[in-house]
Amino acid sequence: MSERNITITPSTSRSTKPPWLTVLVLMLSQTFTTGLAEAADEYRTVSVADPYLELRTGPGRGYPKFYVVNRGETVEIIVRKTDWFKVRAPNGKEGWVDRDQMELTLQPGGQEIKFAQADQEDFTNARWEAGVMAGDFGGANIISLYGGYSLNPNVSIEVWGSQILGNFSNGWMGSVNLTHETWPDWRISPFFTMGTGVIHTEPKSTIIQGEDRTDQIAHVGAGFRFYATRRFTLRAEYKSYVVFTSRDENEEVEEWKVGFAFFF
Amino acid sequence: MESRFRVLFLAVALIALSGCAATKGLFGLGGNESAPPPAEAPEPEQIIDPRVERREIKEPAIDAEDFEVGAFVGIMSIEDFGSDVVYGARIAYHITEGFFVEGSVGRTEAGLTSFEVLSGGAPLLSDSDRELTYYNLNLGYNILPGEVFIGESRAYNTNLYVIAGLGSTRFAGDDRFTVNFGAGYRFLLTDSVALHIDFRDHLFDIDLLGEEKTVHNLEGHLRVTVFF
Repeated sequence: MSERNITITPSTSRSTKPPWLTVLVLMLSQTFTTGLAEAADEYRTVSVADPYLELRTGPGRGYPKFYVVNRGETVEIIVRKTDWFKVRAPNGKEGWVDRDQMELTLQPGGQEIKFAQADQEDFTNARWEAGVMAGDFGGANIISLYGGYSLNPNVSIEVWGSQILGNFSNGWMGSVNLTHETWPDWRISPFFTMGTGVIHTEPKSTIIQGEDRTDQIAHVGAGFRFYATRRFTLRAEYKSYVVFTSRDENEEVEEWKVGFAFFF
Repeated sequence: MESRFRVLFLAVALIALSGCAATKGLFGLGGNESAPPPAEAPEPEQIIDPRVERREIKEPAIDAEDFEVGAFVGIMSIEDFGSDVVYGARIAYHITEGFFVEGSVGRTEAGLTSFEVLSGGAPLLSDSDRELTYYNLNLGYNILPGEVFIGESRAYNTNLYVIAGLGSTRFAGDDRFTVNFGAGYRFLLTDSVALHIDFRDHLFDIDLLGEEKTVHNLEGHLRVTVFF
């Protein structure tokens, strides 16, 4: 092994870092890219191992191929957008190459190159998730944002904030819940959930009577997460709420929602 | 009521049990993890350390530019209330070369209705209720990616995209559930800086002028964005 390769960290040691640290490091590295550009150069130059590397004029399947870099030549990677890499050939030509072709190139030490790509295993094991959902809350419209942290592949804690927009009243709701996935390794992974929180409702300004109220809530529910692509999941769920009002009877509200989320 | 709580606690019990390894094995759901590894003679001393031959190494430090943030200014028409300047901000995340998600906030001000102008009477809304602010969360798709040429030696990448999504609009004293959809054109000056022209329709229900009706509020704006 050449001396340069010793500086390359094996992926095993990387995976022991907590994911939030990786995210932080990634964000920092993006912020200070210009400053670090020189230091990073050695990692960004790759040589073509496949018979040729096709350069396109734009980051998309439909853009025309305008140049070919031959086997053995090196290219420098300038920027990445989704699954497309902009590279610079030795003669200064710049073009876009897709991820599948880039993986057929070699690093300076001759090792194969792999570009991080979230897959279904990450869907099962990722620690953090954040998403947006919308649907029906007892006849009113509801828009929700949530963030979740997985204690293990089966159990996660979620914090929710929702805006409720009805015909007669508006409001917001905040809740904390525990979610259990029985088969987290399935592509369509069902879950059960339960939690508690508060709901605030205020009647619309065109309605004279009624006053603002804040009540405690508890809920149980079920739904499923569906692994779509990359870090992207779809989610659908049903929740049954009990609102502990200050009146004689508690209110019961049913909620149906669909939405999407990212895991990282 | 009582039976509902019983269902609730039964559901909780089920959740707890389904996660338990013993039940998983019992119902044959545990898969291969339940079988203990067969007993073997002690392994001979390992001569080759597999880590030395590991071929998958650190991903090169590559600047990934999948986020796009920008500010916009344009004209927005509020049905019955005339048009005024709208301004706001938007952030997008590009999931694939086709799909992206975005969130935006915007603000404009309502003018006078024709009724208010003609009658000369008391205004329908107070000044603070005349302010319109909105937020929305959308899914977008680059439907027509392409290239444009300026002169002989300059080529720029472009995208025509469509978006649709949900949000809320605060206007005339209430928050209103809002559906919005539209289309835009992205012109990439460089790999990191883009200009957009965007047209949106914001639909919400309002009962301010007597009966409840769905109003269309059209917006057109120019936007400058930066990828990071």
